[in-house]
Amino acid sequence: MRRLMLLGLVMAAACSRDRASSASGAGFTGNSERHYKLGRVATADEIATRNIDVGPDGEGLPAGSGSVAQGADLFQKKCSMCHGPKGQGMPPAFPQLIGRDPKAEGFKFASDFKLAKTIGNYWPHATTIYDYVRRAMPLLQPGSLSNDEVYSLTAFLLASNEVIPMSATLDSASLMQVKMPYANRFVPDNRRGGNEVR
Amino acid sequence: MTDPMDRSTPQPLHETADATLSRRDLLAGAAGAIGVAFAAGLPLVAGGQGAKAAATAAPAAPIVPIDPTKVPGSPTTPVGARSIFVKPSRTPFGETTGNSLSPLQDLTGTITPSDLHFERHHAGVPLIDPSKHTLLIHGLVATPLLLTVDDVRRFPHVTRTFFIECSGNGRAAYREPKPDMTPQKVGGLFSNTEWTGVPLKTLLEEAGAKPSASWFLAEGGDACVLTRSIPIEKALDDALVVWAQNGEPLRPEQGFPLRLLLPGWEGNTSVKWLRRLELGTRAWMTRWETSKYTDPLPDGTARQFSFDMDAKSIITAPAFPQKLTAGTWPISGLAWSGRGKITKVEVSANNGGSWQDAELTSTTGVKAPVRFTHQWEWTGKDSVLLSRATDETGYVQPTRKELLKARGIGTDFHFNPIVGWKVAADGTVSFHGET
Repeated sequence: MRRLMLLGLVMAAACSRDRASSASGAGFTGNSERHYKLGRVATADEIATRNIDVGPDGEGLPAGSGSVAQGADLFQKKCSMCHGPKGQGMPPAFPQLIGRDPKAEGFKFASDFKLAKTIGNYWPHATTIYDYVRRAMPLLQPGSLSNDEVYSLTAFLLASNEVIPMSATLDSASLMQVKMPYANRFVPDNRRGGNEVR
Repeated sequence: MTDPMDRSTPQPLHETADATLSRRDLLAGAAGAIGVAFAAGLPLVAGGQGAKAAATAAPAAPIVPIDPTKVPGSPTTPVGARSIFVKPSRTPFGETTGNSLSPLQDLTGTITPSDLHFERHHAGVPLIDPSKHTLLIHGLVATPLLLTVDDVRRFPHVTRTFFIECSGNGRAAYREPKPDMTPQKVGGLFSNTEWTGVPLKTLLEEAGAKPSASWFLAEGGDACVLTRSIPIEKALDDALVVWAQNGEPLRPEQGFPLRLLLPGWEGNTSVKWLRRLELGTRAWMTRWETSKYTDPLPDGTARQFSFDMDAKSIITAPAFPQKLTAGTWPISGLAWSGRGKITKVEVSANNGGSWQDAELTSTTGVKAPVRFTHQWEWTGKDSVLLSRATDETGYVQPTRKELLKARGIGTDFHFNPIVGWKVAADGTVSFHGET
């Protein structure tokens, strides 16, 4: 399993490089002289307010922490009305979040579109949970959760999907270490046009 | 003489010689849409009954003249409306996370009217005051910039026509084709409009984008603050930040006041309500590019960052639920490719037994659709009409079987199989998806 996870990291890195390798900002010079002098320099505060994204390397994860138990409680209060008390969802509007369907072992989604792409079955990066829940959930009160609450929900979702132990508490250091079971399944686009079907 | 501009008290322009309708009928029936001062007092409908029925209903439907050359028409209006005989409609579905499909069968040419452009949004359509909206550009730049919408509009800008297609377009028709699917149902998450905006490259140069930047994050200002990671090469190529569509500001559901526009790429990457661009050195692995817009493949992998929309075509007429009579019919449709120009569209009237080049009857744009037609003589026999597009890279639109082999039934995005319409001997037309 550990080897698979390592492979996943390598693949993710390859994925990141593949598309950009031909460009890598070539053409941009980093010139600080503003040609049109439109707009104004953004302040550090203005940037910090909007810059809430979390990267797969953990960059952007805030201070704070939350436990699986706290997350389980919060999930019932703020998430279960749409995603169900067991995270089973109400597809198609409210996706199933929790479940390690044995049929999905081997990542057989291409042959069965009824298999749910739960966090445990499908999601390649644990940091994505934190980023998305913080920016977009709950659906009717987006942006209302504290950083600790988001850590606890992330912990609950990962534990319910058998990725981390039920006793876990997550913070930035531990979350960035979490490896998802199927991270190694994601591959870059190999379609290039021309006379082939991929 | 009363003031002819006064709409408060209906006044006839002159008396009618036609006794079929009473004054009361005419006034009641004509109130509203036509403009009573012009319509009253003239013979309007084929008989009195229609007008009497209209008189009891409020608001009244406009009365259709027997001879429009004998009746002054309606006055000018601040905002035009479609003919009452033309009623295209999207298919709104879902509330906060919704989509609505464009009525392809009701459209001709290649441009989608702005109010019929398909919609897809993930947390509702935000109501944004453009005077308060700003675009932040930061990360690997020399100068982090905050631009107002007015600032963005002052950069040198261009006007270009590009399609947008949701990469989920055609999922139902691919997985479970059904005879009663319409062009709207089969392919309505596709639209094509004229966009005006500033090349993204210009904005990033203004901020002093650094050569080390290899990806950027585009973020929307909707309630899910939608984010997608985009390779920097797209910014150097043809990406735009647009504020106008078909000659007017963007519609709210199309991203008002600012939208990223990535020609030829899956629609989700053209981030609406654009409020932030962050330059960095790797993808951010957002929910949309990991758990959602990825394509499971039969070898147990999932394709990620599959941006290009493969070449595709669809016949928009004849189509379900039309019924044909024997004789001449134009087979008409749209073809497009996210990789550039369409070079050829072929049609078959015998389920792919033989193919003929269709005529390309519009200009062929780059990452914009072409309209094709082929005049067909239907003799009353069972027929299956298909279309097949080829783009300038030499890519030929595959059959559903070829796509199933390459991607499986459960793949989740990018559906571009050859599809068509079965014409039965009785003239009924039904969707034919099993190619």
